[in-house]
Amino acid sequence: MSDWPILSVVTFLPLIGALFILVLRGDDEVVRRNMRYTALFATTFTFLVSLVLLAGFDPGKAGFQFEERYAWFGLMNYHVGVDGLGLPFVLLTTFLMPGVILASWNVKKRLKEYLIAFLVLETLMIGVFVALDMVLFYLFFEGGLIPMFLIIGVWGGPRRIYASFKFFLYTLLGSVLMLLAMIAIYWQTGTTDIAEILSRPSTIPADLQTWLWLAFFASFAVKMPMWPVHTWLPDAHVEAPTAGSVVLAAILLKMGGYGFLRFSLPMFPVASEYFAPFVFVLSVVAIVYTSLVALVQEDIKKLIAYSSVAHMGFVTMGIFALNKQGVDGAMFVMISHGLVSGALFLIVGVIYDRMHTREIAAYGGLVHRMPLYAFIFMLFTMANVGLPGTSGFIGEFLSLAGAFATNTWVAFFATTGVILSAAYALYLYRRVVFGPLEKDSLKKIADMNWREAAVLLPLAVLTIWFGVQPGVVTSMFDTAVNTLLGQVQAGLDLAAGTVKQAALR
Amino acid sequence: METLLQAIVFLPLLGALAAGLLGTAVFKYVGSAPPLPEVHAHDEEDGHHHHHYEGPRWPMMLTTGLLIVVAVLSWIAFFDVTAGNTYKVVVAEWVRSGELMAAWTLRVDTLTAVMLVVVTTVSALVHVYSLGYMAHDPHQPRFFAYLSLFTFAMLMLVTSDNLLQMFFGWEGVGLASYLLIGFWYTRDSANAAAIKAFVVNRVGDFGFALGIFAAFVLFGSIEFDPIFAAAGEMQDKTMHFLNWDVPALELIALLLFMGAMGKSAQFLLHTWLPDAMEGPTPVSALIHAATMVTAGVFLVARMSPVYELAPFAQDVVVIIGAITAFFAATVGLVQNDIKRIIAYSTCSQLGYMFVAMGVGAYGVGMFHLFTHAFFKALLFLGAGSVIHAMSDEQDIWRMGGLRSYIPRTWAMMLIGTLALTGFPLTSGYFSKDAIIESAFAAHEPVAMMAFWLLVVAALMTSFYSWRLMFVVFHGKPRASREVLARVHESPPVMMVPLYVLAAGALFAGWVFYDDFVGEHEAVFWGQAIYRAAHNEIIHHMHEVPAWVKWSPFVMMVVGLAIAAFFYLVKTDLPGKLAMALRPLYLFLLNKWYFDELYDLIFVRPAFALGRMFWRADKKIIDGLGPDGVSVLTVHLGRITSRLQSGYLYHYAFAMLLGIAGLITWLMMGG
Repeated sequence: MSDWPILSVVTFLPLIGALFILVLRGDDEVVRRNMRYTALFATTFTFLVSLVLLAGFDPGKAGFQFEERYAWFGLMNYHVGVDGLGLPFVLLTTFLMPGVILASWNVKKRLKEYLIAFLVLETLMIGVFVALDMVLFYLFFEGGLIPMFLIIGVWGGPRRIYASFKFFLYTLLGSVLMLLAMIAIYWQTGTTDIAEILSRPSTIPADLQTWLWLAFFASFAVKMPMWPVHTWLPDAHVEAPTAGSVVLAAILLKMGGYGFLRFSLPMFPVASEYFAPFVFVLSVVAIVYTSLVALVQEDIKKLIAYSSVAHMGFVTMGIFALNKQGVDGAMFVMISHGLVSGALFLIVGVIYDRMHTREIAAYGGLVHRMPLYAFIFMLFTMANVGLPGTSGFIGEFLSLAGAFATNTWVAFFATTGVILSAAYALYLYRRVVFGPLEKDSLKKIADMNWREAAVLLPLAVLTIWFGVQPGVVTSMFDTAVNTLLGQVQAGLDLAAGTVKQAALR
Repeated sequence: METLLQAIVFLPLLGALAAGLLGTAVFKYVGSAPPLPEVHAHDEEDGHHHHHYEGPRWPMMLTTGLLIVVAVLSWIAFFDVTAGNTYKVVVAEWVRSGELMAAWTLRVDTLTAVMLVVVTTVSALVHVYSLGYMAHDPHQPRFFAYLSLFTFAMLMLVTSDNLLQMFFGWEGVGLASYLLIGFWYTRDSANAAAIKAFVVNRVGDFGFALGIFAAFVLFGSIEFDPIFAAAGEMQDKTMHFLNWDVPALELIALLLFMGAMGKSAQFLLHTWLPDAMEGPTPVSALIHAATMVTAGVFLVARMSPVYELAPFAQDVVVIIGAITAFFAATVGLVQNDIKRIIAYSTCSQLGYMFVAMGVGAYGVGMFHLFTHAFFKALLFLGAGSVIHAMSDEQDIWRMGGLRSYIPRTWAMMLIGTLALTGFPLTSGYFSKDAIIESAFAAHEPVAMMAFWLLVVAALMTSFYSWRLMFVVFHGKPRASREVLARVHESPPVMMVPLYVLAAGALFAGWVFYDDFVGEHEAVFWGQAIYRAAHNEIIHHMHEVPAWVKWSPFVMMVVGLAIAAFFYLVKTDLPGKLAMALRPLYLFLLNKWYFDELYDLIFVRPAFALGRMFWRADKKIIDGLGPDGVSVLTVHLGRITSRLQSGYLYHYAFAMLLGIAGLITWLMMGG
């Protein structure tokens, strides 16, 4: 479309915003306001530029678009580009960030560092979804966790150190293994360029695929997070500030799913098929187990965090159904969950800002004082339980349909998730919003203000819009998913052919 | 015509959005808060009334006006469609993923047209009635928005052209039902009932969803026309489901029926319906009697091309229907809450409809659905009028002798009761008797059992209906003097809908008999319902022996006689009988202990498991994983990190180390 490096612009614009904030001196209210507006402006502008990306993107074209390639270190390349799998996540990130900044309007402590952390984080997150070089990917993928650590560790709740430490331990092992696997891929293919590796069916020998798949799995499963390596998530969410939770749930959790689609499936098709039942078991356990755990939570954020794990179970299940509906569904669940769980954490933030507690028992009867809040909360509760007409339904339905075609047991148990999600979500809503307004502490509480509404209403509109017109989203990744599945099939055929040849010989 | 059909479906949505978003408090208090309501001493008990509404009137007028328009349009569509036209209006794309496609489409044939008039007529009348019934409620715009939202969802359900849009409507009415049952959200019982309704319905939807998946796998489509066209050739196909290879059509039919059981409150998934009476009475009339709960019946009729080829599933439908009809009637015998009695009656009558569906008499079941909508809505709205008159009293034992106080309401309730019990020439007489005859005419063991259960249920229906009438309207007044002093006939805005429904309850039977089940039925239904070649139930049912034809009438008279004897003549007898048969009485009064049973085997274990897993998270996973490791490394951590974010340096260090390793490797490899 044009020859300016738009993808790099989108990626690094937030970083430039961060630089601006860095040079601002002083700590009086005017400076603080300038910082906030700079951050808001940088993220908004990034979003607007990313819309150019959307406008110029040709959804019917297979392969990567907006590619940029510069030599770097002489050995690896700075190579970026997006296809239908990456673009939705780029847009999701740029769309959410202005809201995230707005939701942090009242942060007092170390505002400057706080905003810089978020802007750097945005650059790194976008980088993950556009990187087409494994080294670059690794840098963005692991680098993004540093600002997140800081956000939890500095601006978090009382147990923030424990939470970030836990996160650290979980992530470390996975990332080391992934790095080793990347080296092995390079050894096999002679390149670190993802686009090049993906340009032909995977030729990695089947037994090696198994090990590489496991190494990547170690990293992605933690990020997802999948059961049983999910326990860092509730703690991280509970301790993180609202904006941190939003980013964590909405975007960081999607990196695991994206990783499966970008690396595991096309590069290790034989291993993916081999391990599919294993992933199914973990997914179904995640859906049922964490839904039940969500049912008994006493902390609102923890409840939503467990519900996130359950939803991610639909993602892994859909991906490893290895068919069109499954992968489409997984992609859609990720996008939808980005909107819905992001919104739910913002919703918790609204009352946390007022009451400074996340205890469910501390609330009740909010509807009497907060009608708009009650309405928005209801809308997202329904999206969370996957009511048709909201975005939550489309992804769940497609991923379950895909799973049913592959394995009815999996679909059978996973579908019980629709019952359990209704139970925990409505039970939460009832305890927080409905009932008589009896607690004196709540009698002075005020409804959402326009700033809070301005963050949540666009999310609400998209949630409904994507539920009624999911084609807006699915058309973006339709071709890419077909390409991916073709790639997987070609890899499987190739492997089968090799086996046959070996047998003939 | 296509514009007209779109108007029918989408005008209620428009009304709901306008009233719900602009007419309510949603956007009114941004940044501030509504004033706290003054606390009345007796608010604790009911939480509504005693307030006054001072907001704008337009939300109510708008939604009601739109619904009246929509009802008129629906009748126009009805006569157009039953004259032989069918329509398919594609509104917009919806889901598309590979072969899986579903569009927003309005499919209108006779089956849909019947539902259109039922839904919009009752909905319009309920809207009008609510203008009076809810006149003092401070949240009435919200109420009307919910009513219209429900109507929209129900219309989407009945006009769907694929299983997915039906599922949209299916869950949409579930949402509206949830919101309306919990409308008075200050009450804990209402909130609990709302959640129960939603979750139990979701159990049914679990089956529905699996049914859709199975249909997709078998047919490669979830749209009706391809499914119906291919059903014949799929009859011998099997599908691997869980560990078994089962006949594919039977599987789909049974899974979809599970959805129908949830929505239509059939035996095992019925527990939510009586509790749903926590909602305002107009809601009970519209959603939990006339329309939403009949969606399951509609589903089976719509999927008749599949059910006709799935005889085992048909038998299951008959069995569940018959058991429900019988079971709910037994519970209805001893209930004391006026609305719960009618609720169990609804449950029971839905069972009748399913029996008709199961024996292949789809037109007969739909006929009962049609007439039942009139007389059951009449009974509920009549009960609402009684409750309104009695200052929100619902216990029939605190009423009595009301006939002279509210004679018009009494007359309306009488008409409803006559129709329900199948008094000759009322609408129930035509439709219910037709079901009983068709069950007999099926000449199958299962249907025969159903026949006897239905006949006995007819006796009980008559008994509990007349019991309600006699206890409420006859005998000595048992209410307190203050309540009696305030008893008043409802205003015209509430009475006129009753008169309209009463006309339907009286005449809908013989006016439409020929069309639905009589001579013209083949022409009337056209292609809307499918009957396999061997299915001649409609012919057989007209030729059953005389004693079969007479049996419902006899049961009705016997039930009436017993009720009259118990509650008019020897009024101390029921109490003695209850004492004598105390275990049985308690068994029925407690609804066969289903709530207790489900609490024991589902609810408690779910929470217990949840707590157990949560502990497992903390003890086992964390104990073996991060916490265990942290114990080992914590000392090391203390030494190296005097800075607050020591772990960060670990991490960055590890990462750099990794990068360094990678670069080294690259250089060596390159």
